[in-house]
Amino acid sequence: MAKGVKPRVKVPKSASAGETITIKSLISHKMESGQRKDKEGNVIPRSIINRFVVDFNGQNVIDVTLEPAISTNPYFQFDAVVPEAGEFKFTWYDDDGSVYETSKSIEVN
Amino acid sequence: MELTRRQMLVTSSAAIASLAGLPAFASATDDLIAELTGGASLGEGAITLGTPEIAENGNTVPVEVACPGAKSITLYADGNPVPNVATINFGPLNPTKSASTRIRLARTQNVVAVAQMEDGSWQMAKSEVKVTIGGCGG
Repeated sequence: MAKGVKPRVKVPKSASAGETITIKSLISHKMESGQRKDKEGNVIPRSIINRFVVDFNGQNVIDVTLEPAISTNPYFQFDAVVPEAGEFKFTWYDDDGSVYETSKSIEVN
Repeated sequence: MELTRRQMLVTSSAAIASLAGLPAFASATDDLIAELTGGASLGEGAITLGTPEIAENGNTVPVEVACPGAKSITLYADGNPVPNVATINFGPLNPTKSASTRIRLARTQNVVAVAQMEDGSWQMAKSEVKVTIGGCGG
């Protein structure tokens, strides 16, 4: 597992049913592109998060395939519609096989 | 058949003309797009691609893309060592089909978005970003 990986997401605490909300997500990760070289001129091997998936109560919201051209600490902002109260599940997949997960619940009023 | 000087001139000039007809950047990006779409024609106008005109730091360039009615959007940066940037697939709970993220750009270049619509057609948008400091290491 890459060091210091910390997912952060921002989801409103509540929404009205059927409302469209904006979600911001950030995960600290160096996203080593595989293009850079160290002082001795050796290529630093690629180490990135290659997939990011968001689901709400089992239904998909967004599924992103990331390439090395995504910046350090990959950030995504997107919209989601909230049909009922439930839980957003965020999953990031690392090149080294690690999976980082976090979730946020939302109430409907 | 005997090749006359006149025929020679005609055929060679035709060959040169066909070469010049190729876009100057018949690049890896175009090949990747053709591979993605299977050579389908690309419409324009449906995608909103928001990029800064000038990016001082190529390491984090904010990019915003929206395309109502899209199933997925693929982003390319045609001047990067690897043009692929990301593929965004939208699920049923995504109403606006929009996303923003931050990308790396090695130098001044075009950012290209190709979207597959729900009806199976394809859309494209292109936007040039001037980069002051490249973002791919060296």
